Amino acid sequence: MMWELIRQNRRKSLILFAGMALLLSVLGYAVGAVFNPEQGGIIGLILAIGLWITLTLISVSSGDDIILKISQAREVTPDVHPRLFNVVEEMKIAAGLPAMPKVYIVDDPSPNAFAIGIKPEKSAVAVTAGLLEQLNRDELQGVVAHEVSHIANRDSQLMTVAGIMLGSIVLISHFFLRSMWFMPSSSRRYRKDSGGGDPRLQLIMVVVAIALAILAPIFARLLYLAVSRKREYLADATAAQFTRYPEGLASALEKISSSALPLESANKVTAPMYIVNPLLKKDMKLSSLGSTHPPTEQRIKILRGMAGRADYLSYQRAFSKVTKKHSAVIPASGLRNTKRVQARTASPGDVESKSNKKTARDVMDLMRAVNGYAFLVCACGLKIKLPPELAKPAIDCPKCGRENKIPGAELATVGAVVGAVAGTDGEAILDADPDASQSGERYEYHRKGTGWETFACACGNRLQLSPAFKGTVVGCRLCGRNTTIK
Amino acid sequence: MFGWILLALVVVGVGYFIGIYNALVRLRNRVKNAWSQIDVQLKRRHDLIPNLVETAKGYMKHERETFEEVTKARSRAMDANTVGEKSQAETGLSGALGRFMLVVENYPDLKANQNFLALQEELTSTENKIAFSRQSYNDAVLFFNNKIQMFPSNIIANTFNFNAEEFFEIEDAAEKEVPKVSFADKQGG
Repeated sequence: MMWELIRQNRRKSLILFAGMALLLSVLGYAVGAVFNPEQGGIIGLILAIGLWITLTLISVSSGDDIILKISQAREVTPDVHPRLFNVVEEMKIAAGLPAMPKVYIVDDPSPNAFAIGIKPEKSAVAVTAGLLEQLNRDELQGVVAHEVSHIANRDSQLMTVAGIMLGSIVLISHFFLRSMWFMPSSSRRYRKDSGGGDPRLQLIMVVVAIALAILAPIFARLLYLAVSRKREYLADATAAQFTRYPEGLASALEKISSSALPLESANKVTAPMYIVNPLLKKDMKLSSLGSTHPPTEQRIKILRGMAGRADYLSYQRAFSKVTKKHSAVIPASGLRNTKRVQARTASPGDVESKSNKKTARDVMDLMRAVNGYAFLVCACGLKIKLPPELAKPAIDCPKCGRENKIPGAELATVGAVVGAVAGTDGEAILDADPDASQSGERYEYHRKGTGWETFACACGNRLQLSPAFKGTVVGCRLCGRNTTIK
Repeated sequence: MFGWILLALVVVGVGYFIGIYNALVRLRNRVKNAWSQIDVQLKRRHDLIPNLVETAKGYMKHERETFEEVTKARSRAMDANTVGEKSQAETGLSGALGRFMLVVENYPDLKANQNFLALQEELTSTENKIAFSRQSYNDAVLFFNNKIQMFPSNIIANTFNFNAEEFFEIEDAAEKEVPKVSFADKQGG
């Protein structure tokens, strides 16, 4: 059944592909004909197709890496976030992917996620650190299921091919309109010299080419977006079926769309890939022809309207009920001979018992782990965070002053086990760049008693606390950092 | 002339036979492969339980019966051999673990223990993986069983001892539950 969906998707890609290829060829021919009425058409056509082939080759060979780099995603190992890896592996099994997708974390507090992969054998799932912070297990599973179904349904493939075609059309139109603007006289003279044909026919040709150059990108974009929106619904339906828990994805979408934080690394090109459009303003509720995603509110309503079931047919019914449209989101083959799948109940023990402060600290740790920080636990229980550029053989514990040896190669691979270091009652961050104090880093020192005490500032400078000290903040004379005393 | 036709028929017949035989082997291997996926996860679950019990013991001093139930269910599950036995024993183990987790709810200190949380996450994930690989295993079994019972492949299956495989069913409390929501809807509307 999954296979039929994929075959259907392939047929649709072909139609989309053919439509866009036609548009690209006509545009290339028209633009070429304006510059040289005799052979220009053919040359323009060849150049347009050449451009498209070049872009396709680049994107197939290294497109994934480019996108991941633009999005500032970093590949992580399982020990950085065991739960994320578990959930991705679960969904890999549910979707029957031939290989485990690579897992990436984007160092950004805004919650969002995306998937890429021309082939299911070589795919990747990326989530932001903010997503890991805000979602519980069921919600994370819903989001990952949505992303994995994009990979399994070959959506990433379709959207990449269509996206490149769109990009080529936009590039050619842009180039043509610019050239018409800047050198109208020279090209006119050129045509007069070549002395080809009827001047009236040429004028018509120019008008047609300009009209095409303006309309083709718009038309191509609409085609692209219409497919993109439908793919989102299908991925939601597939995610519900994979997890058997539509509420997980629904509540995740709610949390993601209500987040006010902007995603720094997203741009117009990468926006359609994300689970919720990262560039959309919160008050833009209605779906328009120009949006890449269906309105999130509607997606949530459909998922919640599945009446305790998790199969495709229930999704299709809820879809018709919510949108008042009878168009099929799920291809007919997907609806045939589907078993009724009962939605499961929420996972046990998934209550968020952690305090907000604790979670915030976990996320900071997570981001540091992603950025290559190493962690060292001192005998006094303090977790010392070592920046990757630190090159000292030993370090003094900022809390008790003990000298801790830094195990070189071992430590580099340790990564962070988020929150797994029990009994950390104090935290100190040894940051290599002094700018960090301005970016809101907090340093804390917990007093052991009321007598004389010595502690080290994050820069390594020793500071003394007298028995008479009653304040809450100590400033370091060397680096100017403030340390909170508790 | 007649000889040639006979020869052609024999060649076609042998080709057909080889095709069916190979298809049966392929399907049986698919079942075996799907089963090994489940088996890995079941073993992982059995390995996790002693650690879980050990961690919880320090906090739950007066819950000896719950611990015993889980330990017994685990050893029963480890002794099971056939797929049928295993699915029965694993259902028992799932039930025991479910009750154990309910008891854990009464011990907030244990629920705050990082080690316990990590084990619980692993256990949840393992159970999900079992559930998801079970689907593909059962699909593979259905396909294989259909093939060896249908004509004409059943003749070859019987001759070469291809036997029907067992389904792996772990009964899930949530699955058995009556859909309360729809009942309420009907009464309301």
